[in-house]
Amino acid sequence: MIRRLATDLLLAGPAALAVVLFIFLPVAVVFVLAFTDYLVGAPTAEWVGLENFEELFGSRLGRNALINTLIYSAVVIPSSVILGLLVALGLHGITKRMPRVSAVLRTVYFLPVAATLVAMAVAWQMLMHPSLGLLNHWIAALGLTPQQWLTDRGLVLYSLAAIGIWQGVGYNMVLFLAGLSAIQPTLYDAATIDGAEHGWSRFWCVTWPMLGPTTLFVVIVTAANAFRVFETVATMTDGGPAFASDTIVYALYREGFVYFKAGYASAITVVFFAALLLLTALQIALVERKVHYR
Amino acid sequence: MRPGTILSFGLVSLGAAMVLLPFVWMVSVSLKPHNEIFTPEVTLLPQQPTLANYWQALTETDIPLYLLNGVIVTGGILLLQLLITVPCAYALAHRRFPGRALLFGAVIAALLVPFHVTAIPIFLAFSQVGLLNTYAALILPFIATAFGLFLLRQAFAQIPAQLIDAARVDGMSEMGIAWRVAFPLGLPTVIAFSIFSVTAHWNDLFWPLVATTSPELATPPRGILFFRDEESGDDIGPLMAGATLITAPLIIGFLLAQRRFTQGLAGAGLKR
Repeated sequence: MIRRLATDLLLAGPAALAVVLFIFLPVAVVFVLAFTDYLVGAPTAEWVGLENFEELFGSRLGRNALINTLIYSAVVIPSSVILGLLVALGLHGITKRMPRVSAVLRTVYFLPVAATLVAMAVAWQMLMHPSLGLLNHWIAALGLTPQQWLTDRGLVLYSLAAIGIWQGVGYNMVLFLAGLSAIQPTLYDAATIDGAEHGWSRFWCVTWPMLGPTTLFVVIVTAANAFRVFETVATMTDGGPAFASDTIVYALYREGFVYFKAGYASAITVVFFAALLLLTALQIALVERKVHYR
Repeated sequence: MRPGTILSFGLVSLGAAMVLLPFVWMVSVSLKPHNEIFTPEVTLLPQQPTLANYWQALTETDIPLYLLNGVIVTGGILLLQLLITVPCAYALAHRRFPGRALLFGAVIAALLVPFHVTAIPIFLAFSQVGLLNTYAALILPFIATAFGLFLLRQAFAQIPAQLIDAARVDGMSEMGIAWRVAFPLGLPTVIAFSIFSVTAHWNDLFWPLVATTSPELATPPRGILFFRDEESGDDIGPLMAGATLITAPLIIGFLLAQRRFTQGLAGAGLKR
């Protein structure tokens, strides 16, 4: 019996310990710190109740980071989900006639998922460079006004969102392609018999409902990734100009690790975590309900 | 060919060209001589391509060091992850022990915790014990992988219990079964997880930015930012060469093993 337990401990112990030490304990600590004014390196900390949360939701800077994250997500989620679906439908449609071409295109779309985002953000920065960049050069050639993609306060968040979409489409495409190939051809035959002969009605009668679970999964994953936006902000704008591209995870980083306000940054962390948990709860609730037709 | 097929092909190709643009631009600028970069006559492709920028990036900058750090950190993380995850996943799948259900529940719950949530306490603890600015600081927080435990537990659960029992009858130790029976049989999942882990940590910026300040310890993404911030806008060619060199290993890996990469990375949606 004791030998058995010793074996179990040897097998499962180290990983269990690591999970507690590096995941559960820190989560508990962050929830406590969020209610204190603790500064990194300070000898003591005061209990401040909800003050940190009031600052996040009440101050202009705090609200700005939250709203920017929501705007960024509101652009990135629908765009990259719909584009991912369209690309998957397009590739699925040509796979039979041009299997090689379809495979090559699929590879191209997936490249941004595997690529190092920070390095690509550096490349994007050069692409969006006001005077040396290709983007403004082409825009000028078309007779339009060149833009300050990353230093215009009204534009910068959308420039970052464009990169978020660029990175997300390929991932969503792969998931949608898997969903599409799982639809049984007999369903389309049945739809034909029932009078749905053209692409559009077949899409609404068969493809779209059958893709329900995939779409839900894609939306949730995309949303979680959008809430988390950090690399492009840290690489290209540092949240600027004038906090125009400040987002929740970047604010967390800045407050916690640049200004060393561990208490306040913990409150930001808690809000960020709560948003992601809410998203997961939503996913579970919807799965329980009616996105499944099988 | 039907017009619909031609139209889809046209639109999907156009989109693919847009996806490729930053890659093409990065490689193109990295091959341009200095005078072709700093000119109002911007061209998509270099007129007189040269490898000078790569030479400069490899010999006059710390890019090789950053790449080496990337190998040390991602390799260290993966090795330690597997070392503790494989036996635990095996125990979760094929042994009954007190607290097993609790542990598996904890693994599922831990899947919901993104790394950013644990960063502040881990930073504070590492700063207390003087671990910041070390390779250990870059590696240790990631050895606990709920995602790996979950994936491998599911894979090992597919192995028939009779096979495990046969190994026991043959006198194999439990640790031996974990490594010499479960590990090889679950290899496809191990590989998918390894690809996920290496990609995630090769590309990570958040934690290296937090845990280290020394350029000697910079991983590739952290390093390229050191390089960019030092060069004050005059070394764009070498900068793009550096960016290309840093992205190249994963892109080459992806092109060589597409199906495995897609599998490994697509699964990442299961965790937060």
